[in-house]
Amino acid sequence: MAEGKAAHPAASHRPASTFAAQAAAAADRRETRGRWLLSAPALLILLFAAIGPLVIVVIYSFLKKGGYGGVEWEFSTDAWFSVVFTKDIFSDAVTLADAHMSILWRSVKLSFFTTVMALVFGFPTAYFIATRNEKSRDLWLFLITIPFWTNLLIRTFAVMEVIRNEGIVNSILQGLGLIDAPIQILFTDFAVMMGLLYVYLPLMVLPLYASMERIDFRLVEAGYDLYATRWHVLRRVIFPLVKPGVIAGSILVFIPSLGAYVTPRVLGGGRNLMLGNLIEMQFGQGRNWPLGAALSITLMAIVMIALLFYVKNASNTEARHG
Amino acid sequence: MAEAAPVKPTTPKKWGRGFDVRKQTGFTTIAMICFLMLYAPILTLVAYSFNAGTSVAIWEGFSWRWYESAWANVQVQDASIRSLTIAAFAAVVSTVVATMAALATTRTKPFPGLTFIYAFINQPLMVPEIVTGVALLIFFAAIKVATGYTGLGYLLIAHTAFCIPFAYLPIRARLENMDLSLERAAADLYATPFKTFRHVTLPLLWPGILAGGMLAFVISLDDVVITELVKSGGQDTLPTYMLGQLRRIVTPEMNAISSVFLAISIVMVTIFFLLNRKKT
Repeated sequence: MAEGKAAHPAASHRPASTFAAQAAAAADRRETRGRWLLSAPALLILLFAAIGPLVIVVIYSFLKKGGYGGVEWEFSTDAWFSVVFTKDIFSDAVTLADAHMSILWRSVKLSFFTTVMALVFGFPTAYFIATRNEKSRDLWLFLITIPFWTNLLIRTFAVMEVIRNEGIVNSILQGLGLIDAPIQILFTDFAVMMGLLYVYLPLMVLPLYASMERIDFRLVEAGYDLYATRWHVLRRVIFPLVKPGVIAGSILVFIPSLGAYVTPRVLGGGRNLMLGNLIEMQFGQGRNWPLGAALSITLMAIVMIALLFYVKNASNTEARHG
Repeated sequence: MAEAAPVKPTTPKKWGRGFDVRKQTGFTTIAMICFLMLYAPILTLVAYSFNAGTSVAIWEGFSWRWYESAWANVQVQDASIRSLTIAAFAAVVSTVVATMAALATTRTKPFPGLTFIYAFINQPLMVPEIVTGVALLIFFAAIKVATGYTGLGYLLIAHTAFCIPFAYLPIRARLENMDLSLERAAADLYATPFKTFRHVTLPLLWPGILAGGMLAFVISLDDVVITELVKSGGQDTLPTYMLGQLRRIVTPEMNAISSVFLAISIVMVTIFFLLNRKKT
């Protein structure tokens, strides 16, 4: 109110410039409205089939489960309670929900190891590509990108065929005389991790490459001039320069690994479940929609924390370099 | 000659003329292992699609039989047509709305809500697919109960939605590299805004639009998780059909279907790459 009163007398003192300003403001408003209208169809589709439904998930996590799937419209925190705890049917004793905790733990553990392995393999690979000459660089990059854009299910299926008991990995190991009988790789945690590494490795290589491509090798030379060993140069010069790429790649591998559904289902064989499978089960055999909803929000919360960590780090490094 | 050789006791061997500052010991080997790891399973998969026997592990000679049996399989035919229909619809619609949104959100000074629109459009990239899938399952189940409609519409709209960011990003990237001078010139020459768009902006933007559309098409074609959760009975797409088949004993027919799928993806990605390259 006070602002409006103060602005009014000022406007009557200098009419010409105020009209111009008002016209400009009106044009700005028109332009803004036009731009919003142009974006509207995309926003509406996303609201209807991506973002809006997420709100419903939050609501469902606070409802009572229906007898045959679905929900009853009655407020309840049972779902959230059973994410973490189980109540004994007879004695009402509350204990930690072991099944959920072990699956949650496995998801975090496997995603973490996948990320570390992806870094171990992806870092040298990205470095190799970044140090090729311009022409062959494009080809190597293309070779990394192709698997990334091919169907995830097909790639998982390909891994399955390679590591099954009669697959080539076991055949080669047997041929070399390293093992007598096939070792069971398929349907183990290790198989799930291998599969995740296989499908998400390009997501590590690409951001790493993007930051390595811009390395100023005069800095590396300076390092050698100061009697650094190769390891020191890698550790003290190259690694700090590409740290944003390392963080971006790690987040890009960790997040989809955590929410993986297809890979653990195919390579884990129904026993080595991850969070994604646990969520899906609540809508299938489990028939506990509110629990499924609560677990989905848990997963999303972990992802958001990882993303926030990334954004915070990215802005920190930018500030330091800028 | 021997006397001329300089004595540099303090200089390690690595300072020789052949010294490459870019080299890191073992990195090339690991990179090669990496590429081998990426391609060996895919190549094995393709190789066994030509197996004459019924095993995906024991080679019994070359044959096209599994391609023929996949081609004749009615379920595969249905699923393929459904996949292509959904992908084509999702690609076209998402590309059109993404182009509009990209035009609205680039080459402008910040306006109220710009950041909001960015966040909104990129949102599907940040939420795990399984969560989006579950959310759609819940929401569409409610609509199904309310309206009784169980058609393909749910899959069409779901695919369109998650394809939008993939179509949006290449188009936006292309727009950001285009300055406004040509459009201003057209306006100076009394072109109407529509004419300017039709004859100046659109031709310049076209490679970006094509790239975005292609990406959206591939993303829709590849989707398993959201489709698996959203589909009603008898609405299998090729990936969900394959996921179902993996529970049974797998024959090389699966390899044959996968190989064709791979070939389509690789062709699309190659075109996408070439389109993006022209820009620079």
